Amino acid sequence: MASVEFKNVTKSFGEFTAVSDVSFDIADGEFVCLLGPSGCGKTTSLRMMAGLETPTSGHILIGGQEVTHLHPKDRNIAMVFQDYALYPHMNLADNIAYPLKVRGEPVAQRHARAKQVADVLKIGHLMDRLPSQISGGQQQRTSLARALVYPAKVYLFDEPLSNLDAKLRLEARGFLNHLQRDMGMTAVYVTHDQAEAMALATRIAVMDQGHIVQFASPIEIYRRPATTFVANFVGNPPMNLVEVEGAQVEGKLALKAEGLAIAALAMTDAIGKALAASGKLTLGVRPEHLGIAQTGATNTITAPLFANENMGPESLVTIDRGDSARVTARIFTDDHLDLSKVVTLRFSTEHVHLFDSTGKRIPALGE
Amino acid sequence: MKLTIPAFVGRIAFSALAALIGAIFALPLLWFLFAPFNARAELGLALPDPWTLSNFVTVFGNSYAVQALWNSFIQAVGGVILVGAAATLAAYALSRSSIPGKGAVTYILLLFSSVVSGSAAMVPIFLIISAAGLMDTHLAVILTFAGGLLPTAMFILRDFIDSIPKSYEESAMVAGASPVQAFFDVALPVIRPGIVVVVVWGFVNIWGSFLIPFILLRSDSNMPASVAIYSFYSEAGTPIVTLLAAYSLIYSLPVIALYLFVSWKFGFRFFGGIKA
Amino acid sequence: MTTEPIEAKPKKVRNFALLSNRAGAAFLTPAGLLVSVFVIVPFFWVIFVSFTNRTLLGRTALNPEFVGLANYLSLFDPATFFQRGQFGFSLILTTQFVLASALLGQALLGLLLAWLIQTVPPWVKRITETFVIAAWILPEVVIGFAWFAFLDRDQGTLNMLLEGFGLPKGDFLLQQPFWVIVVFNTWRGAAFSMMLFNSAFSSIPPSYFQAADVAGASSWQKFRDIGLPLIRGHIVTDLILITMWTFNTFTPFLLTNGGPSYRTELVSIYNYRVAFQDFQFGKGAAVGVIMMLINLAFALVYLSIGRKKKVR
Repeated sequence: MASVEFKNVTKSFGEFTAVSDVSFDIADGEFVCLLGPSGCGKTTSLRMMAGLETPTSGHILIGGQEVTHLHPKDRNIAMVFQDYALYPHMNLADNIAYPLKVRGEPVAQRHARAKQVADVLKIGHLMDRLPSQISGGQQQRTSLARALVYPAKVYLFDEPLSNLDAKLRLEARGFLNHLQRDMGMTAVYVTHDQAEAMALATRIAVMDQGHIVQFASPIEIYRRPATTFVANFVGNPPMNLVEVEGAQVEGKLALKAEGLAIAALAMTDAIGKALAASGKLTLGVRPEHLGIAQTGATNTITAPLFANENMGPESLVTIDRGDSARVTARIFTDDHLDLSKVVTLRFSTEHVHLFDSTGKRIPALGE
Repeated sequence: MKLTIPAFVGRIAFSALAALIGAIFALPLLWFLFAPFNARAELGLALPDPWTLSNFVTVFGNSYAVQALWNSFIQAVGGVILVGAAATLAAYALSRSSIPGKGAVTYILLLFSSVVSGSAAMVPIFLIISAAGLMDTHLAVILTFAGGLLPTAMFILRDFIDSIPKSYEESAMVAGASPVQAFFDVALPVIRPGIVVVVVWGFVNIWGSFLIPFILLRSDSNMPASVAIYSFYSEAGTPIVTLLAAYSLIYSLPVIALYLFVSWKFGFRFFGGIKA
Repeated sequence: MTTEPIEAKPKKVRNFALLSNRAGAAFLTPAGLLVSVFVIVPFFWVIFVSFTNRTLLGRTALNPEFVGLANYLSLFDPATFFQRGQFGFSLILTTQFVLASALLGQALLGLLLAWLIQTVPPWVKRITETFVIAAWILPEVVIGFAWFAFLDRDQGTLNMLLEGFGLPKGDFLLQQPFWVIVVFNTWRGAAFSMMLFNSAFSSIPPSYFQAADVAGASSWQKFRDIGLPLIRGHIVTDLILITMWTFNTFTPFLLTNGGPSYRTELVSIYNYRVAFQDFQFGKGAAVGVIMMLINLAFALVYLSIGRKKKVR
């Protein structure tokens, strides 16, 4: 196992800059997820670690060794591809053992090792089959086995679960989590699915337009998203963002918006700075921190009911503030919610997030 | 589902029309089903009485006729090996390398290959072969066809390789394979169906060709079946029907067999501009 | 377990590609040589030869002289241009042949067949397809002889059928040689158009036609309003390709030898006669140059359409 380092890495394809001056360190034994929408540069970053793309500028180090211009075969890494890339003309045994074959291991030894890994992944009984003769979930595990069959410095995953159906994906995710706990491998995992990143990563790098927006632990990213982009990307459903007008009134911060009633918040230096730039702030509240208001609640937001979706253990209640500015509450009840045409949602000020006019987080008191 | 009466009639009419057209297409070929097995065959359609293989015996007794089939085979196989190998390498390079000017090369090849047809270029081809001292050799036919069929073969194969995910070779290289290993262990076996299609297509083209061997070859010992078949004419220029029929059938068999093979193996999908 | 020892000095990769530029160039070399010698060189050589009086035999075979435009002038000599056995006659004949047998015959019949076999039972489809494709893939000399037998004046299958229907027999190869090669070429080449249109039709999602069925459209309406507009691109491709192939085809030679009295002498056959029977290579080369120029015009149209498609 080894660490991975990016130093001012930039990758351009002609006019288009896929990755822009990105630097980060991944420590030995970390499981890092690169999370972001398509086209944000996460896959390009991963492929540069693998050596399948060469950076336009900057340096990449694996285990402290400069690998920027090293051929993939000389990096001693393992990678699981989105489409699995199982060789259709080889049976499972040969597929899994292929990395050992190119390392010159004798047939008997490499097949024994392949069987050993396959057994762990519960595909040991399929070794004679061709990839086309097994299910999607089994194909996914075969590609995983081929990556695990040799001791690599770093394990790279390029959206390895995106071709599975929802149920299998959950199962495979749990298995990967278990594997990471077991092996303590250094892994870099690309995904656009925030739940996958939250479940697997020791740290998440959220990427947008070629930049890393936030690089922190899942809990940190959930609790203190650095920007409205991160806030909107992590969490399901995502954080509600309400555009508000902020002003300092009697030494406190007063927030105003249509249908919003909120007690004045304590001022901080950071808030003062943000207000000096612009009074247009964004108020963020996660759906799980909203409830149906009883009469007399102090912090509320009111608007006509848009949708009321019962999902079993919880209900999603959405209100429409006009111009498609909707706010969704996640209510944990398995009862049917009987709601009037206009709904008032309540929240607590300790669960609100504030962002300045550029979308950057304004640190709360004590952060 | 119940069909309305007009729809039902319409469907029958469609089937009848399709069958009729099929029958019209079959008519000129019907003769070949009977004449080869009829020792007294003439140009008319007649059931053999009795069915016999005597025409075939005569053909196989004719050493010149057998030699010609063998010549066809040498020329077709030789051409196909060249086309298959050169087209595979070139198509792989066009698809997987980032050589500058790749697009321009492709465009120029496509242009030239459609402009320079055998019937338009027969004079310079004859002159090149004769300048190279290859006149009246198998190699003349093999090289000419390899050059002529290559552009199309390259495009068929390049499209095929483009449709294969790059992750095959990428995963091999990440796992430690050199580019050469990745090509032979992974890429080549995956491309193989495409190569088979190109090889079959090339074989059928060379095997059936008439004009190029007709102008490039002179001696009987080098003639392929397509030209040698004209030896089954009497001194007066009238065909010896019995032998022609049997020989035509034998000569057509490889083409029929390859067609059946391709349609069994790949479901005779449509693969681009099939004929040169 | 093994670990891969990192090589002492692995090569530096300037810009990673699955195949390096040097290997790519090596891979392209064999094909490049063959195509250069047998496709690209002939193109320029034929232009050169067309300005000489080179012949197959005799003094000018070894030492051809430069004759300027003489070969072209003799091809386009207005006094003889339209006479039988001359270039103009051959060119007009070829144009009519392409119009009748490719654009009308092959394309229309191919379109009709492709549409028919979409709806007929599988076994009818298979049988029809088999015969149409057989006409296309069998070697040309075999096909030539099959038609020779088919059209025979005394015993041919066609005349036998005509007699059966009480119609007069005919010696079609003598009486109507042009229409014989038109029908022959339509028969020979319809398979390509059929297969191209068939694959075009099958690429249309069935739900489009089912939606029309639900709306109560007839087969003809479905063809006109859905099928035809959606395969317009394929039709253009088909027309250009079969035009080029038919323009260059030599196969009718095997049926008629260009005769009787030059009545089926297409430009490809004219080219052969001038070069290899009259042994006038210079003049034959000039014919080749004109054929290639016509090919070039069609190829440029075809490629520009292909490019537009890619841009879209």
